Amino acid sequence: MEKAVETTRLERFLDSDIWHSFKSNPVAIVSLIVTLIMVLSSAFAPLLAPQDPFDLANIDIMDSSLPPSWMAEGDPRFLFGTDDQGRDILSTIMYGAQISLIVGFASVVFSMVVGISLGLISGYAGGRVDAFIMRVADIQLSFPAILIALLIDGVARGIFEAHLHEQISIYVLIFAIGISGWVQYARTVRGSTLVEKNKEYVQAARVIGIRPITILHRHILPNVMGPVMVIATIHLAIAVITEATLSFLGVGVPPTTPSLGTLIRIGNEYLFSGEWWITIFPGAALLILVLAVNLLGDWLRDAMNPKLR
Amino acid sequence: MELLQINDLKIQFPSRRGTVDAVKGVTLTVKPGEVLGVVGESGAGKSTIGNAVIGLLEPPGRVAGGDVYLKGEQINNLDRDAIRKIRGRRIGMIFQDPLTSLDPLQTIEQQLVETIDLHLKLGAEKSLERAIDLLDQVGIPNPAERIKHYPHQFSGGMRQRVVIALALCAEPEVIIADEPTTALDVSIQAQILELMRRLCREKQVGMLIITHDMGVIADITDRVAVMYRGDLVEEGTTQKILGDPDHPYTKSLISAVPRPDVRLHRFPMVDYIEKEEDRKKDFDISTHWLGQAQDFDAVEGSLVSVENLVMKFISKEALLKKNRQYFTAVDNVSFDIRQGEVFGLVGESGSGKSTVARMICGLYKPASGSVNFGGTDLTKIKSETELDYYRRQMQMIFQDPFSSLNGRMKVMDIVAEPIRFHKLASSNQEVETIVLDLLEHVGLGRAAALRYPHEFSGGQRQRISIARALATRPRFLICDEPTSALDVSIQAQILNLLKDLQEELGLTMLFISHDLPVIRQMCDRVGVMKMGQLVEVSETETLFEAPSAPYTKELLSLMPKLDKLSHSGLEIED
Repeated sequence: MEKAVETTRLERFLDSDIWHSFKSNPVAIVSLIVTLIMVLSSAFAPLLAPQDPFDLANIDIMDSSLPPSWMAEGDPRFLFGTDDQGRDILSTIMYGAQISLIVGFASVVFSMVVGISLGLISGYAGGRVDAFIMRVADIQLSFPAILIALLIDGVARGIFEAHLHEQISIYVLIFAIGISGWVQYARTVRGSTLVEKNKEYVQAARVIGIRPITILHRHILPNVMGPVMVIATIHLAIAVITEATLSFLGVGVPPTTPSLGTLIRIGNEYLFSGEWWITIFPGAALLILVLAVNLLGDWLRDAMNPKLR
Repeated sequence: MELLQINDLKIQFPSRRGTVDAVKGVTLTVKPGEVLGVVGESGAGKSTIGNAVIGLLEPPGRVAGGDVYLKGEQINNLDRDAIRKIRGRRIGMIFQDPLTSLDPLQTIEQQLVETIDLHLKLGAEKSLERAIDLLDQVGIPNPAERIKHYPHQFSGGMRQRVVIALALCAEPEVIIADEPTTALDVSIQAQILELMRRLCREKQVGMLIITHDMGVIADITDRVAVMYRGDLVEEGTTQKILGDPDHPYTKSLISAVPRPDVRLHRFPMVDYIEKEEDRKKDFDISTHWLGQAQDFDAVEGSLVSVENLVMKFISKEALLKKNRQYFTAVDNVSFDIRQGEVFGLVGESGSGKSTVARMICGLYKPASGSVNFGGTDLTKIKSETELDYYRRQMQMIFQDPFSSLNGRMKVMDIVAEPIRFHKLASSNQEVETIVLDLLEHVGLGRAAALRYPHEFSGGQRQRISIARALATRPRFLICDEPTSALDVSIQAQILNLLKDLQEELGLTMLFISHDLPVIRQMCDRVGVMKMGQLVEVSETETLFEAPSAPYTKELLSLMPKLDKLSHSGLEIED
């Protein structure tokens, strides 16, 4: 036998099939780069953006409704033009994408935690617990996700006063989108758990005497995470879209902290008066972000499923 | 002229870690009416040869050199359409798993008649006649009626007969059979082999049979080719290869085959495939960590005794308890295992032997009956913490080394888990010392601790499993088919290891196997199970020399006769 070589996680990753599949897939590479640019530029928006669109001191009403810089009346300071209040569109997109991505990531994490936990319990316990959780999932699946999110938002508006609701609206949104997405995780994890729990390594742990809760998190969880990561990537795109849809409908984040969806809605009103750039650029940003994340998710699904290769 | 001639065949599998030479220049011939066996262990390239001949090499595999001739006609350079006409028509195929070789959505009639009509162009009526005739030849009773049935309505053995009929239906000149009986029970294996041999003779068909099983080789072949890592190391008549092999690999392979007729002290010369790390043999059990389990109560007589064990599985679920239907997997089984002995349980698949083991170690809760360990009825204990005391004393080694280890954990953590859980060591450092010591003890070497299970071969993984089982310092070890997924030389190493450990540590063992020769090598007493019932319990030698139950006699008569095998270099126990 060879000498003891302890491989680090990074070395193992660089030698893995996933990494090789990634390196040989140009679509995946481009998607990852695009996603990273979008995520980083929005995360560091305060540093990178040409203007802080929410600081009234920076905004000059005289700059309002300027077209993109390459057009005849454009101003070189505003690459994608300005809106009706003189805010730089590029900057609002960067700040808006920040809200969109925060809501997207947070709701995915929330869905994952709820879905994985319920899926593990359902799959491992079986019997009545399983039947109950899965029937709840079935019932929820018979409603469109957006309807559930709308319902939760409506209830939250009823419970909280208007100014309080404005403050917590982002959390309500995360909860609403998150809760409407757990079913997929639960079903997938339950399915994998049913397979894993009958494998001999789980039985070996039971013979040792390890308690179910430890078996679930130490043995089963790491072995069911593969498909979960695939769903999570694709779900991120869906969550961003759902947030945009809700904001477009006016029930998402308040207009004072606009997300991409809010920007599209605001711009929509000016579409017919000729100021197309106010809505088209946020729309394009949303499209590119979602497309890149989706392509990444598709690649991950193919790379992790040897049957599709 | 030879029927099938393979000349200097080379097959490569390019991968991103470099090209693997799966077959390195192999030359074989098959004559009409002759059965040629290709034997070797996993990775020897034997199946690859079969697949290459019929043009079914899995990508990215490719033929890198050499020719294949069928009746003097070169067939390895044909295009897809041409080889497809030969496949099935002139070369019949029998694969390992009869379940996946047949289309579950079509009746046997549809599959057979379609194939016959396609190849022989007889017309529907004649084809059906021929199909029924074929089923009759392969020994399916009442063929005219059975032909209307779907594959799932046949048992495994019957299904394999249908597959043979399917392979024969176009009157092929050559049949390639890849592990044709591996998925079948011994009782059926013997019948199928007999059938294949007879048909081969009668129809003057040449057969290439690919197998890892010396029993199959001894039963059916005229000549044998021995493969080792892509090379043909030795070829000759079956009698010569089995009785007087020349090549050291063949010698080692044959010495590793468990004998049904004699009991060996140990298997000799089994280090050819995979070297065992040096085991620390000269240690004093009274001072060693493994001998320090002092808190167990002393036991007189039998350590484990099960009484009237019954296990039922729900076969049809219903909301109300009274409407449920049950299948009785274990029916009123009772036996004792004495302190320090190896007790064997043998039976065919589905006989309930694994279920008994799982009830003893608490994975299944018996429907009724009791499991007594050192006089305590374990089925009555409700508290988990109280059960831990007994769990520590009994551990289990599982059948499948590829699923019995959690692939996300390092070997160190896998083996350390029981020690940490039962708090058998006071510090983390002590745990690590114990694990390294255990790994050395099972012949793996300390370096293994830092690696992940997927970096090891099946045999090495089984050693990790054994180390994990030993980590609670058990006095009772359940081995559930511990070697049935392993190659024969690796099996011999693992059996040697288990024997050594049993002697060194004074373990009591329950050893479960479907393989009678293995049972003979390992066990002091044996229980024979059939359809959930224990039909006989005797001393091993009595069982093999003078069985009392008719079922035992039947099982023994179906064991492959390996009396042709060379006895050189064996230490036979008397």
